[in-house]
This record gives sequence, structure tokens and C-alpha cells, in this order.
Amino acid sequence: MKILETPLKPEEVADLRVNEPFKVTGKIFTARDAAHEKLLDLAKKGKEAPFDLSAYPCFHCGPVMKKRGESWQVVSAGPTTSIRMEIFEDEFMEEYGTKIFVGKGGMGEKTSEALVQHGGVYAHFTGGAGSLMAGSVEEVEDVHYLEELGVPEAVWVLRVKEFGPLLVTMDSTGESIHRDISEEIDQNLQKELEKL
Amino acid sequence: MNPESLARDLVDPIKTSVTTLPEPTLAALKDAREKEDDGARVQLDAILEAVDIGRREEIPICQDTGTPTFYVQLGADYPAIDQLDEIKEAVRRAVQLATEEVPIRPNTVHPISGENPGDNTGRSIPWINWNITDGTDLRVTYLPKGGGSTNMSQLTMMTPGKGLEGVKELVLKRIASMEGKPCPPTVVGIGLGGSASIAMSLAKKSLLRPVGVRREDEEIADLEEELKQRANNLGVGPMGVGGETTVLDVKIEYDHRHPASYPVGITPQCWANRRTSFRITPEGDIVEVER
Repeated sequence: MKILETPLKPEEVADLRVNEPFKVTGKIFTARDAAHEKLLDLAKKGKEAPFDLSAYPCFHCGPVMKKRGESWQVVSAGPTTSIRMEIFEDEFMEEYGTKIFVGKGGMGEKTSEALVQHGGVYAHFTGGAGSLMAGSVEEVEDVHYLEELGVPEAVWVLRVKEFGPLLVTMDSTGESIHRDISEEIDQNLQKELEKL
Repeated sequence: MNPESLARDLVDPIKTSVTTLPEPTLAALKDAREKEDDGARVQLDAILEAVDIGRREEIPICQDTGTPTFYVQLGADYPAIDQLDEIKEAVRRAVQLATEEVPIRPNTVHPISGENPGDNTGRSIPWINWNITDGTDLRVTYLPKGGGSTNMSQLTMMTPGKGLEGVKELVLKRIASMEGKPCPPTVVGIGLGGSASIAMSLAKKSLLRPVGVRREDEEIADLEEELKQRANNLGVGPMGVGGETTVLDVKIEYDHRHPASYPVGITPQCWANRRTSFRITPEGDIVEVER
């Protein structure tokens, strides 16, 4: 299985195609609804992001964390439903140049168009596999907006080794298996209903 | 009975519930893995690895450790029946301890203010579902169900004239429209009849029955099997990436209905079909723990 290292190389990401599994080694950051709002608000005000968001995958996740002494530990960290971030991701790519988004359930047409424009991909991580994800975390490097947003919504910067398997379900050529599967399911449903 | 010591002992079954899967569910997931390839297989491999890590490292398989919910079968002749307040207190204390120690995610939010007490307790939560039965035993099942799958629940007050065919159509349409959102392969719980609220509680109660175990009444058992086969023809697949395994099982419970109403409750359970059952002795000991 392909392993992508961070900082990400734009051409490596743009070359990924739907149905291709891969893993990530290096750094990733988490961002759910509130973190997207917060980061986009910074951009609007002309302020700098706390780190270079273009070079690392963005993971849609609200983890279970535990503090041991002064340092944080990831207990369980599966993906959250990505479609909630559909209202943010095109703008997020425009502002920050982020190339990989990881979550579950897929995203819509607005994000698909933005992925084409910016050479990015959306990758699916198995819902519920929080323990598997936690096992790939080597260190919690940093956390931003913890006080303001709380544990699940904060931006956690994690050093990971072979985080995955991630499955490309939307790519930079405009392909989306979510779109294709929805159509297929609908046809299958009609067939089943006719048999009743 | 000492509530504090019972609370301590109750942490264990809660922990077991969120860190391991019942054997029949695990076996069904392994079977599915053999049937699938491509993206679907990638999902099932990740699921099986997550289950393995959860068990080995004693950490929650999924970060959504659900709403703390207990199903209680209380024998009318349970010798410690005058100590139910102590048992209720112990249950409440146990989820607080488990939140700290396992840990499980604080999942109780006030519906108006949005405030989260941070310890998995709140108004009526942990939820305890009391059922009075014959006998002298107190039997409990812990069923922590996650938010993603619960969000896909549906109640339909069906036109009774649509009959059984109408029920099948409703269920298949629902499973198709949920796609990957409830984290398939799911166990789909269905409640038929009763009233609006009874149908929804029957749907959830049906999830107490292990994967692969059919109801005794033949017509219900046949309907469960038929819906399972048909659901797996829909092509949703593991986590909605396409494939042959959309559901691990379909469970149905029913009650008699009003002639003018045909309530159909549907609630899917994610692949992390977590559950632990046990008995509390009159002395407050936990015995006969079963996954």
C-alpha cells in the first residue's frame, strides 16, 4: 500500500485516484465544524494560521483524549461525518491550499469541484475504527483553540505512522465513488421493489 | 447491598461493552470480509483490526461510546427489590467512574443550553429501561448505541392497507437512503405495531437479540431473513463504499396495533454492535457476564 509522507508533495496527491488505498506518515491535523469556522474567520481577518495547513492532511474527527501529566494522549479517534463540512471545504482549500481531507461518508459536488481546481483528494477512513487510528499516533505535537472550542472541536496536531488504510473516494479528476454508488443503490432498490 | 462497591463492579461490564464485540457480530464481520474485495475489503480489514486493538489494548473501539443505556429484567420476587434506589444510584455512579477510567466520551448534552456535565449523566441518563418479569433474578444488558446510527432512525405511521408489502418497501427504501451514514454493515432493528412510541422502543429492543438468532415465530423469522437478503442486494456495502454486505442482520419485534394505525419503527445499529449482559445477585454481586 502506498505511503504518503508529509509535508505532502502536491503532485503525489494529484496523482491519487478513486479506489486507491494509501496511508499517511508524518503530521496531520483534526478539524470539525467549529475549527473550520474558526480558521476561516482568521483568514477573513487577514490573520495567519497557526501552522502551514497546505502541507498536511485535514482529518474530520472529534477524538477521545486523555491527559497524562502535561502531555496528551489519543485514546480513540475515528472519523466524523464529513458532509457537515461541505459548506466550508471549497473556501478552506482556496484560503489554505489543503490537499487531503479525511473523513467518512463522502462529500458533495461543491467539494468535488474544489478538489479538481486545487489538485486535492477526499479519502475515506473506516467509521468506528477509532482504536486503529489511535494506534498510529506516535505523538500529540500540539493543540490549538482547546480552551475556546473544547476537546472534540479543537485542532489537534498529531504525528502519525502509517495512518490508514485511507481509501480515495473523490479525486482531482472529478471522480466520486459516492456519486456513482448513490446511482447504483437507487437502481438496485428499484429492482428489489419490483420483485415485491 | 453497598451501592459504592456495586458501582465499582459495574465499570467492568461497561468497559467490556465498548472495548470488545460480541462473538456472533465478530464472526459475521469475518464472514463478510471473505466475501468482499477492493474498497469493501479495505473497510472490513480496518474494522477487524480496530476490534483487535480495542480488545488487546482495552480502549474503546469507536470514539463514540454511545448514550449509556441499561435494559433491566426485574423478577417480581427479586429478594433485594426494596433496594432499587441503591441500584439506580450505583448505575449512575458507575457511568461517572467509567467516563474517567475507561475512558468513555462525555456524551450527554442539555437539549436547550447545550451544556455537557462531562460525566455521561444528565436528566434521566443513564437511561434505565425497567421490565418486570416473573422469578427472582435481576438481569441487565448494557447497550451503548452511537449517535451516527441513531440519527438514521425513522418512525412511519404507515397506512394499514399497505400491509406487509408496505413494510418491506419502507425498510428497503430506508436502508438504501441511509447509504454509509450509519456505519454499515449494520444490524437493522425494526418495531412493528404497538403505538408510535412502542414501535420505536421495539425497534431498539430487537437489537438485544444476538446476530444470527431468529425469532421463534416462523413468519417473523422468515421476514427477518427475507429483508436481510434483499438489503444485501442494495449494494451499499461496508461503510457505503459498495459491496455485498450492507447489513449483518435484520431484527424484528412486534406488538398488536390499533386497527387504524400501522406504526413501523426503524433504528439501525452500526457494525460496532456493542452489548454486555449480566445478573446482579441480591447481595450486589455481578455474575454470569455474557457478551
